[in-house]
Amino acid sequence: MRRKLPRVQSGSGAVSIAFPKPDEAILSRRAQIIAGLQRLVAPEALITTEDERRAFETDGLTAYRQMPLAVLLPSSTEEVSAIMRFCQQNGVKVVPRGAGTSLCGGAIPQEDAIVLGVSKMNRVLDIDFENRTAHVEAGITNLAISQAVAHEGFFYAPDPSSQLACTIAGNIAMNSGGAHCLKYGVTTNNLLGVTLVLLDGTVVKLGGDHLDSAGYDLLGLVCGSEGQLGIVTEAVVRILRAAEGARPALFGFERVEDAGACVAAVIAAGIIPVALEYMDKPAIQICEAFAHAGYPLDVEAMLIVEVEGSDQEIDDMLRRIVAIAEPFRPKTIKVSQSEAESAAIWKGRKSAFGATGRVADYICMDGTIPTGQLPYVLKRIDEIAKSYGLGVANVFHAGDGNLHPLVMFNTNEPGEMEKAEKAGEDILRLCVEVGGCLTGEHGVGIEKRDLMTHQFNAADLAQQMRVRGVFDPLWLLNPAKVFPLDGRLAA
Amino acid sequence: MTLLLPRDEQDASTIIGEAAAKGTLLSLSGQNTKAAMGRPNQTDASVSSSALSGVTLYEPAELVISARSGTPVSEVVRTLAEKGQELPFEPVDYRPLLGSRGEPTIGAVAAMNISGPRRIMAGAARDSLIGVRFVNGRGEVIKSGGRVMKNVTGLDLVKLMSGSWGTLGFLTEVTFKVLPKPERMSTLLMRGLDDRAAIQALSQALGSPFDVTGAAHLPGRDRQGARTLIRLEGFSLSVDYRLNELRRLLKGFEAADILEGKGANALWQSVRDATVLTEQGERAVWRVSTAPTRGPDLAARVARSVDAQWFYDWGGGLVWIATPPAGDAGAAAIREATGIFGGHATLVRAPAEVRAQVDVFEPQTGPVMALTRGIKASLDPSGILNPGRMYAGL
Repeated sequence: MRRKLPRVQSGSGAVSIAFPKPDEAILSRRAQIIAGLQRLVAPEALITTEDERRAFETDGLTAYRQMPLAVLLPSSTEEVSAIMRFCQQNGVKVVPRGAGTSLCGGAIPQEDAIVLGVSKMNRVLDIDFENRTAHVEAGITNLAISQAVAHEGFFYAPDPSSQLACTIAGNIAMNSGGAHCLKYGVTTNNLLGVTLVLLDGTVVKLGGDHLDSAGYDLLGLVCGSEGQLGIVTEAVVRILRAAEGARPALFGFERVEDAGACVAAVIAAGIIPVALEYMDKPAIQICEAFAHAGYPLDVEAMLIVEVEGSDQEIDDMLRRIVAIAEPFRPKTIKVSQSEAESAAIWKGRKSAFGATGRVADYICMDGTIPTGQLPYVLKRIDEIAKSYGLGVANVFHAGDGNLHPLVMFNTNEPGEMEKAEKAGEDILRLCVEVGGCLTGEHGVGIEKRDLMTHQFNAADLAQQMRVRGVFDPLWLLNPAKVFPLDGRLAA
Repeated sequence: MTLLLPRDEQDASTIIGEAAAKGTLLSLSGQNTKAAMGRPNQTDASVSSSALSGVTLYEPAELVISARSGTPVSEVVRTLAEKGQELPFEPVDYRPLLGSRGEPTIGAVAAMNISGPRRIMAGAARDSLIGVRFVNGRGEVIKSGGRVMKNVTGLDLVKLMSGSWGTLGFLTEVTFKVLPKPERMSTLLMRGLDDRAAIQALSQALGSPFDVTGAAHLPGRDRQGARTLIRLEGFSLSVDYRLNELRRLLKGFEAADILEGKGANALWQSVRDATVLTEQGERAVWRVSTAPTRGPDLAARVARSVDAQWFYDWGGGLVWIATPPAGDAGAAAIREATGIFGGHATLVRAPAEVRAQVDVFEPQTGPVMALTRGIKASLDPSGILNPGRMYAGL
């Protein structure tokens, strides 16, 4: 969730998500704990002053802030291991951090916790083009992996929109996706191995540079575990050879149903586009006003369909897609004929969040729905927003069902932000009700923690917590996240 | 031995809950076509998913199918084919290799993470598996994942269930992401390459932009010379284009034959099911996953001390090895090789006495085994589900 908001005082409880009460015993031992940590790491790896800690008090969910006890930025797996062992022995909570871009508050600290950031561990360790793998330290940014292999025409497939800043460590924690996962999958489908530091300091290697696991799929379990099972310090990821080219087509429809039916027809024809993006009317208008992308302003829904391959393959595929779309009477059809036209089509979509931020404050929700439910869900989202007196714009990864409603409000209007949060919760509940889920690619964090009981019953959650307890029976690792604060279970 | 056939999920929950209370050890199965895989174990009763059958949800436009765990794979495949779709990961049919009868079930495909040649491009069974319902060793019904493609909310127990061979829970329903069946499949066939040259060519093909969906090498034997296979799938025009490009790209492939139709399908089926090796009589069969370019080194190393035959799938990253079915069936040599070259080995076929003596699955390091035991205890605290099937005492 993204908010543009004035600062809320640390721990002030000005917004609706609760943090557990800090452990006074830990707070009172702060000096002692810092002295202990000082002995374990290089001086530059330990941050204790208030000014410097402030840079770590929130993440992409900036409405919530908590000043951490201390911040550690180690440079090696050994340092991470020493810190973890110390924290376990001293009962100190650990909040792992990559680049701090989480939109669900996954990296927000606690006052009685240290932040353990991996951003200094950002080297490429090995690239193996023949076996199509990259071995990296986990603090490397997502985009830096693609950049490191681009000279041979390769790339790392999952591409969250924060890819310039976000780390692979954070991607693994959240099982991040991106616009191209219909074809290429999400993080868990592109991860071959990790080096994981357990809470007691033990370093384990899961997976490697081969496919599939020996024994239980612990790698699959760690991916998406939101920093609650251990700290990932290294990763082996699959790299792929990029397609020869890619080009989109844009379709505008007068009815939401027609756009939805067109998506279904494309897939029924055996075509898996590399991107299949949907925008509703408010999103089109906001983006067009900002980006002048040439979007049609007289339609209710717009699709951007992109395919890959050689020029000849792309032409053939776009011809097929246009023929498939025609029975749904698109009011606008624009098939990109050049790089410039492709860039224009994408410019509007890619600026959706920024453009919305210019016209209103907003929270960006992230849920997933069965794509067939799109017309119903959009109608309901509109009703929900209206019932709170708010506006909403929707962008949607139509291929995989991942919906990003942007609920708009005015920060200066008292009570509007709370209304927006409530509307957001209603929308996420709606996603679950129609057979989808609470998160698409942003994770649970603190944002959706208290909604987990809506998607899972007590037995489902208890089982997840028992598995979690195998790794962290004392709930020291990122403890205020993912699971509701009451009813917690160890192993 | 008692055979229990739960009628529905609730029934399964009752049966397993009672077994947990009494400490009754249970074997979990579908139709037992893979009973001869894994470590032999002794249990008090057997629970089969046979009565839990049928597709419960199929939305072709959403690329998703759900089925009760005992649904025959053939029924799932047929249902998908009616809408021109398929399971992307091309599950292995182990019946020819194991000489078993009956219908493999979709639950077993999920539980054993069974993937074939297209795994190299489309991911494993575990990558397509997006949701499960299961009964844990406490007799509780648990769900994880769902019917939408992006669905990791909380811990991904779906991944944990896939590849746990029924030691963590009894699957009652599974949901897979599916893909359109390609319009055309075509295979480039090159003869006479040695292992290293072949794997190099396959690596080059897999590192090209031409979407290779199968890459296998069958070393030469008495009756047949070596064959190297590169498979392309998709719309016809696109397949033609990519065939030409690959022939241009790969040195020595300019004149490679192009195979299509029944013969090509049969060839890929023999790669998928490893029946390429069943000509070797009743030999033991291993499945070894490693980094593709190290496949030939690994095979050569094993062959130094063991009478072995092998072939490669996944561009060299999957080495199927046939060994003598007695003694340790080559376990020591194979595990030495995975130790040197990385990866892991599973003994897929061997007489029960061999499987009782050697590690069927790759042994784990101490800390990973400790996590494995902890996870087993968190799902099956009484240790009643498929005890010992994967690891002794687990």
